[in-house]
Amino acid sequence: MSTDQVIHLEKVNKWYDDFHVLKDIDLIVNKGQKIVICGPSGSGKSTMIRCINRLEAHQKGTIVVHGTELTNDLKNIDLIRKNVGMVFQQFNLFPHLSVLDNISLAPIWVKKMPKNEAEDIAMSYLEKVKIPEQAQKFPGQLSGGQQQRVAIARSLAMNPDIMLFDEPTSALDPEMIKEVLDVMIQLAEEGMTMLVVTHEMGFAKTVADQMIFMDEGRIVEQATPDEFFNNPKSDRTKLFLSQILNH
Amino acid sequence: MSSSAIQIISRSKYYNWLVKNLFSSWVNTILTVIALIFVYQVGSFFLYWAIFDADFRYNFQGELIIDRGFCSKNIMPGEYGACWAIIFARWNQFMYGLYPIEEAWRVNLIYALLPLAIIGILFDKIPFRRYFIYFTFIFPFLAYFMLYGGPGLSVVGTNKWGGLLVTLFLGVTGIGLAFPLSILLALGRRSKMPIIKSLCVVFIEFIRGVPLITLLFTANVMLPLFLPDGVNPDNLLRALVAVTLFQSAYMAEAIRGGLQAIPRGQVEAAQSLGLSYWQTTRKIVLPQALKIAIPPIVNTCIGLFKDTSLVLIIGLFDLLGIGRAALADMTWTKLYYEVYVFISLVFFIFCFGMSRYSLYLEKKLKTDNS
Repeated sequence: MSTDQVIHLEKVNKWYDDFHVLKDIDLIVNKGQKIVICGPSGSGKSTMIRCINRLEAHQKGTIVVHGTELTNDLKNIDLIRKNVGMVFQQFNLFPHLSVLDNISLAPIWVKKMPKNEAEDIAMSYLEKVKIPEQAQKFPGQLSGGQQQRVAIARSLAMNPDIMLFDEPTSALDPEMIKEVLDVMIQLAEEGMTMLVVTHEMGFAKTVADQMIFMDEGRIVEQATPDEFFNNPKSDRTKLFLSQILNH
Repeated sequence: MSSSAIQIISRSKYYNWLVKNLFSSWVNTILTVIALIFVYQVGSFFLYWAIFDADFRYNFQGELIIDRGFCSKNIMPGEYGACWAIIFARWNQFMYGLYPIEEAWRVNLIYALLPLAIIGILFDKIPFRRYFIYFTFIFPFLAYFMLYGGPGLSVVGTNKWGGLLVTLFLGVTGIGLAFPLSILLALGRRSKMPIIKSLCVVFIEFIRGVPLITLLFTANVMLPLFLPDGVNPDNLLRALVAVTLFQSAYMAEAIRGGLQAIPRGQVEAAQSLGLSYWQTTRKIVLPQALKIAIPPIVNTCIGLFKDTSLVLIIGLFDLLGIGRAALADMTWTKLYYEVYVFISLVFFIFCFGMSRYSLYLEKKLKTDNS
């Protein structure tokens, strides 16, 4: 299996000043795997996936993505970011650009693609997330669910092998969550490697092939969804699951 | 609906507005009346002084005014208002300073082309904008050649420049050069590289901590000391250096305010897509930050445009300097009001224009992406 390994975290540690956010994180992600990460707020789950594309720097341990180690070397960081897409809780669309420009920006500037070609690609991804009719609008004119789907299309337009999702539905009104999850499920079915921080346990059961539970900067439990939901080993996981499943 | 019905409705609309805003209570009514009397008194006094009772080129006897003795108000004291003849007589100095009058067409040409050079930057939806922008970049070289001279044109030293020419030269060039510099300073001040950051902080804080007059004196006296022997920049260039540095520090702080307002998520999103620092800055951060910073940026521009009048203390004759020179002339002395009102009017036209443009831009950017 090791040839299929696309992400490898080994003894990763990170501090914010005195606060120890990540403690000896070990994680291996294989090509095509869908990993759902959950845990209470402040457990370090967002920080962990943000370390994978170097939005945050780790201080100890190694992170290897596609055989490239993340260091301060900007070349490696650029290389990894080109292959790793990310979707944020707050969408982070560029408000001064139209939907089409939001999506075609990176292909044009990072991949040096001709404008026409980049816009064709942008349109094809907008069709994939089912909102091609919004292409000329600005982000501020769209609903939250539509904005998040544009954000997914924007990441996909760079044709990444790995997608990181940082609580993609937490800022959405309940009736819009499904349209975003549907796009993510479709993406999973197409074989994308995905790391998803979320509390949508229905989504996790449908899509995940690994569940990770984090607490206080550690990976407390890693298991298949079946084991994780039906037979969790640690008491901390049990407590967490009982809280989020029975509320 | 008949037209008379419309009239009644619209009349009652005005009536309601008046009652609500001006006559809603006794106190409000009294204040309204006092204010109206005040506006009427001041306004009518000014209009009579400046227009109805004023001399332009000829006095009340129909004689061409050639010195202050011909002004109606000096012949019939108390009966007449302003004597604008000084402005007409000195018009060329106000516009060009001591620029040789047979060469003044060069200045006029540049005055005429200046709007064309900036229109492409100011408005983004004009036809052929691309060509206007090309012209913007050619214009400084054209202006230098036309104003200073060169092959085929006689050289007119900057010591002969004056009046509006100097005011506009310092204002426009100062703002134009300071803008890119201030963006670099603002970015530098937020840089993670300690040396760049501290250089920018020291520069900005030093310039902001010193009055412009001091900078002008410093540039005038000390600039030659820093330059190699034989390089002796003229006074206008020294003033330009001081004005540009001064403006760039203030503008940098205005831009920094805009940069701070951009959420971190914007930069993170751009980075996660693989955009480099400069791409992120140019495509994502600056367009949003500059938009937020427009009002304070225009504010500093208006401030600078007026502050250019300080150059008279280092011996340059800008609009104000030329005005004071005109007053020192025995032929016209004591016509203070006319000269200062005229100069104020010229400054006001430019500054008010900038202010309106800023409002227009804010409104436009707000509706652009709702």
